Amino acid sequence: MARSYRGLLVLTVIAGLGILAAAVLALIVAPNAAGLTPNEMYAQRIIYFHVPCAWLSMLAFGVTMAGSIGYLVSGRRRWDNLAVSSAEIGIAFTLAAIASGSIWAKPAWNTWWTWDPRLTTYTIVLLLYIAYFMLRSAMEDPARRARFAAVYGIFAFISVPITFFSIRWWKTIHPVLVANSQNTENWGLSAHMRPVFFFSLAAFTLFYVVLLLHRLRLEDTKEQVDEVKEGLGY
Amino acid sequence: MSFFNAVVAIVWKDIRAELRTKDIFSSMFVFALLAVIIFNFAFELRVPDMKMVAPGIIWVAITFAGTLGLNRAFVIEQDKGSLAGLLLAPIDRSAIYFGKMLSSLLFMVIVEIILLPLVMVFFNLPLLTWQQLLVLLLGTYGFAAVGTVFSGMAVNTRAREVLLPILLFPVVLPVLIAGVKMTGALLDGEPFSSLTNWLRLILVYDVAFTIVAYLTFGFVVEE
Repeated sequence: MARSYRGLLVLTVIAGLGILAAAVLALIVAPNAAGLTPNEMYAQRIIYFHVPCAWLSMLAFGVTMAGSIGYLVSGRRRWDNLAVSSAEIGIAFTLAAIASGSIWAKPAWNTWWTWDPRLTTYTIVLLLYIAYFMLRSAMEDPARRARFAAVYGIFAFISVPITFFSIRWWKTIHPVLVANSQNTENWGLSAHMRPVFFFSLAAFTLFYVVLLLHRLRLEDTKEQVDEVKEGLGY
Repeated sequence: MSFFNAVVAIVWKDIRAELRTKDIFSSMFVFALLAVIIFNFAFELRVPDMKMVAPGIIWVAITFAGTLGLNRAFVIEQDKGSLAGLLLAPIDRSAIYFGKMLSSLLFMVIVEIILLPLVMVFFNLPLLTWQQLLVLLLGTYGFAAVGTVFSGMAVNTRAREVLLPILLFPVVLPVLIAGVKMTGALLDGEPFSSLTNWLRLILVYDVAFTIVAYLTFGFVVEE
């Protein structure tokens, strides 16, 4: 236990340094984007933060689904711990992605919010996992809570791509701002931006792994406390 | 008892129970009608043509009324302890799922068949066509397929009925979007063939979630 904890501490420090380095690279080293007004140029740097957050939220909810399937197949508490830990981190990254996207959208689209497919899908994803935690908190029995949450975790993650496509088609009939958002897809990244971007992506992914390990450790500790309490006749 | 017979027996049980009390059907229908009327007042003064909002009104009314019906489907099983009886029966757990799902679907479809002519009369719209009914059926199926699983979960929580819409609406959103789009396109006189994309989407949804529900329902009713 102590040794694995020391390993986790080392990993945590590395992840923290990685995030710091990513911030320095993104704000100072990365070249300016071409053909933008100054405001848009500053806002464009959010890509090094926004895209990793969005990617991690999806990874996190994917891990939640994997944990859910694992729990239903094996019935072991550890899988449920993995699912709930990852879902919590996923919600944090979803909020970060929505907030950073909104900050970027103001200079780029001249509005904080639009019912663009991606934005709408993310809102729904956020609601899905808020519902996931509401479901969890509405039950006392840990075994039932784990089972129901696992079922919901699977349903929720499968619905995400279907929701995304349905919203995309829904909007293509009124292509007001979608055209803009598709432009950002085509912007691409210049050769000098790419290393910074991928470094940032790697740093954030490591950050997620560290958070997940800490969160799992917390869950383990919680179980130990419960056991000790039970032993003492609480 | 074969799988098919078990499913039919459960659907028949629900129909007979419903024929005696008429609880679910009457509350669903009156609720859907009230929703349509409330929407009428909410929109009428600002919308130049009710054709613009009618698809949304129909689908929201169906969604809300359907949630009401899905809740009752498991509350009655739980309160009278008949779910325990079903679980003790020597049948597959998924037969219980398909039985409950089909009876919920049936009640919703009956409500829709009565509601649609009324909406047609209220808003002077040509709604009663086989294309509209097919679209409604496909959407309602997806709604019932997912809703039956979530309803089985919601009744076992502290919040009970309150939780079902919160669990269900975000997952069922593609059905609502596709349904509103298709009903609207048909109302605008577009040919049925122009809906292929949406039909495909809703079919993928229906098939995918039927499979997931089939695989997971056993965990929901397990004690």
